[in-house]
This record gives sequence, C-alpha cells and structure tokens, in this order.
Amino acid sequence: MAFLHDPITFIANWLQTLLAGWGLSSGLISVILTFFGVLVAALMLLVLDFSLVWVERKTVARLQDRIGPNRIGPFGIFQPVPDVLKLLIKEDITPEGADKIVYNLAPIFGLGAVLLLWAVIPFGYKILGTDINVGVLYIVAVGALGTLGIIMAGWASNNKYGLLGAFRMVAQMVSFEVPMVISLLIPVILARTMGINGIIEAQGGMWFVIVSPIAALILLISAQAELGRAPFDLAEAESEIVAGFHIEYTGIKFGMFYAGELLHALTFGAIISALFLGGWRGPGAETFPFLGVVYLFIKAFILYFVIMWLKYSLPRLRIDQMLNFNWKFLTPLALILLILTAILSKILENAGITLGSSPLLFSGLFLMMNLILVGITVLLLRAYGPKHPKVIAEPRPVAVTPETPATDIS
Amino acid sequence: MHNEWLFIGFFLILAPTFPAIAILIPRFIAPRKPNPIKMQTYECGLETYGKSYIRFKVQYYVYALVFLIFDVETVFLYPWAVAFDQLKLFAVLEGVLFILILVTGLIYAWRKGILEWA
Repeated sequence: MAFLHDPITFIANWLQTLLAGWGLSSGLISVILTFFGVLVAALMLLVLDFSLVWVERKTVARLQDRIGPNRIGPFGIFQPVPDVLKLLIKEDITPEGADKIVYNLAPIFGLGAVLLLWAVIPFGYKILGTDINVGVLYIVAVGALGTLGIIMAGWASNNKYGLLGAFRMVAQMVSFEVPMVISLLIPVILARTMGINGIIEAQGGMWFVIVSPIAALILLISAQAELGRAPFDLAEAESEIVAGFHIEYTGIKFGMFYAGELLHALTFGAIISALFLGGWRGPGAETFPFLGVVYLFIKAFILYFVIMWLKYSLPRLRIDQMLNFNWKFLTPLALILLILTAILSKILENAGITLGSSPLLFSGLFLMMNLILVGITVLLLRAYGPKHPKVIAEPRPVAVTPETPATDIS
Repeated sequence: MHNEWLFIGFFLILAPTFPAIAILIPRFIAPRKPNPIKMQTYECGLETYGKSYIRFKVQYYVYALVFLIFDVETVFLYPWAVAFDQLKLFAVLEGVLFILILVTGLIYAWRKGILEWA
C-alpha cells in the first residue's frame, strides 16, 4: 500500500535501508541516493526526449494535413529508433577551418543545458530533486546556456550562413530575455519566494495564470523566441540563410540540436505550468504524490502542443519586425505590468487581502487590473500602433465560360 | 531531502556526459572517408569565397548594450521581489521609481532611434 501511495519515497527508503545494511555511513548513503536520483531523472528525460521525436513529427503532420510517420509500429510509434540509428551511422564531417573544440562542445551545450533545467522543476508533492531558494534565477541563467550552444555552433562552423544565424540568435536572445525575466518576476512577487516549489505551494488557492494572465502570455511568447521556433526562427531561416547555425553539422551532432530543441520546448511547457498553472497541483495530488507527476506532464504537454501549434501556423517575422515587437511592445508592457502588480499587491496587503486569506477576491482584483491593462494596450495600439494601409486588390480576372451556342445534340 | 546543491552538482556532471557519449559513438560505427571537397565549408554549391568571419552590423551591438541595462536591472529587482513581505509601501514605490528611471532610459533609446533596424 505504501508503494502505491508514493512509489518514489518507498524506493528511496528501501535503497536507504539496503545501503545501511551494508554498513555505509549515512553521509555516503545520501550522496549515493542523490546520484541515483539524478541518474534516473536524466535517463527518463532522455527517453522522453527520444519519444518526443515521434510526438513532434506526428503533430506537425496532422497540423499540415499529412499522415506523418506510420510505417514502424502502431501509428509509427517506433519511428525514433530508425531516426536515431540513421543519425548515428552517418559520416561525421567537420568542415575545414572550424574551431574543433567549440564545434564539438556546441551540441553538448545544446542538450546538456536543457537537461540541467529540469534539476529545479518539482515533479510532484515532495517528489523533487532539489528546492534551491534561487530557482527562478537558476532557470534564467541555465536557460541562456542552451542559446549559448547555438551561438557557439554558428561561430565555430567557419561558415557565413552559420555566423549570420548566430548573430541573429544573439539579437533575439538578448531582446527576449528582458520581457521573459520581467514576467518571471511576477510569480516571484506574488509568491514572495524564488523557489519553484514555494511558488507552486503559493498557488494552492488560485493558479497564477488567473491572477496574472498577461505575464503568462508574455512568458509563452518569449519562450517561443528563446526556443528559436517560428515565428521567431530567424536563426535557422531556411529561405534566407539555408539552415543557419547548424548548417555544417551532420549525423548525431545535428541530432543533438534537434533533440535539445524538442526537449527545450517541453521544458518551457513544464516551467510555465510550474509558475503559472500550479505545477503538480490537481485533485488528489497531495495524497497520491505520483498523480502530481501525471498532472505536471499533462500541463507541460498541453503547453508543448500550443508551442508547436504556434510554430507551424505562423509565418516567419523579419528581424526588424521581431525586434520592434519586442522592444516597442513586449518590454514596455511587461514593465508596466510589473509596476502595477507590485503596487496593487502591496496596497491589497495593507488592506488585509492576500492570496492566502481570500484568494477569490485577490485574484479577481488582479484579473480586473490585467483586463484593464489589456484594454488600454489595445486602445493605444489602435491609436499609435503600426498602420497597415488597406490594400484593395485589383479585381482578378475570372475564367468565364464562353458563350457557346447551344449545340444541337439531336 | 539531501544537500540541495549536491543534486545540481551531479546534474552538472551528468547532463553533458550523455550528449558527449552520443557524439562519441559515431567515431566507432560511422564511415570516415574525408576528401578536400567534402570538407569544404558549405556555400550554396560554390567554392568558398573569402573569409568566413565577416564584419557584422553595428545594430546587433547596440541592442546588446540596451539589453545589458535591463539585465543588470533585473538582478536588483529579484531581491526586491523576494523581500516583498518586509517592504513598506514606501519601499515598493522606491522600487517602482527605480524601474521608472530605466523606463526613461528605454524611452530615450527609442526617441534617439536606437531601436530602429535601419
């Protein structure tokens, strides 16, 4: 029964007693247990990443009105196996003049940084690797490492297209980091802690997506840009710079970038669901901690689907459009939202209304503030936003059936 | 449960290890037949022309400068957000003033035309 209730703690306790039976000191046991925890988590993530290849390909196919992989296994579910095998047995080409060390380090950064992000995401009630008190800052810092991998790849390839892709990625990362960091501040203000688990616990009364929907939306958009997915996939724009940063990569090194991108998208899904959608919260998540893991992954996959949906339905922006959108719209909006959130939160606290004591009133007032801000933004955009002159298309020639004299059949 | 940073330390070791192993596998099973033309840098089928490390547009640099201001700002704002409970309304307004000064910087950059990709 204890196993069904909480399998992970059960296994940990069992291992602990086993190791203690061998006569190891308690300090060493905790080190070994931590190591096993990390090993299991990392391996599970890699297996998950492996299956994401199929998820992504199948979803893309359905969004583009195709069938997608359907040959290997039921619904093509074993498609990743030949995919990876093919990448592994491909010839590995390093172009001449490439910076060998950086060139080989870049794909390791690309996937490794994404794996590192999962260190601070709590999977369920008391199922968490670590609960450092600077969790949000850790996400910001490590999240930028993955982009660093892209920049390294573009720089080290000794290729003009690769270099251009890296430049664009720098501009994009540097720009969208600002609204992302500011929108990450809002859950911190609401929960008064930077620990991810603390933020999830603060969402017991009400999810933050209701308290501050604009922040969640800004985070989703900047996550899309941070991932380098369309409409912000300038770093690998096929029609302009061939393949961008990974132009010179072959075989499994290219596969590492691909795998890193897939897992990064799911990771952002998990981060947004932890910060705004209550993470592992759901009915019965506290009595059966394992249920929390299921909830977290359901939420993460829904957000992952939204990210994919955006990617495959929106056309690519030009770089000036992207930077204008960020610096002239997203950043000011995020800053104003931050100011309003801080002031309103403090005023409500002085009035005795907090998220803990009266969640409905608190979140209702915040929701109203957000909606008013949306209204003002829309009005301002109508007045001062970019004007698109209405283009009235010339009437196109229409094929007319020539007036033929009725033929006499009879 | 255990030491918090130990977990991240192990992650820091293991996370690069898995991709590194994956990259090493092709050394043993993939064919390896390099020739000068194959190893050339890709340039749309033509022979590579000139240097690859070209000069870049100054605008990238300017955006990076604007970014730096805001990045340093947020480093100061995180402690402010964590200590929100202990702050009086006056301290919150001081934080807001700090943000507003930076907003002024953004408006200045905007008016100066730095945010134009020309």
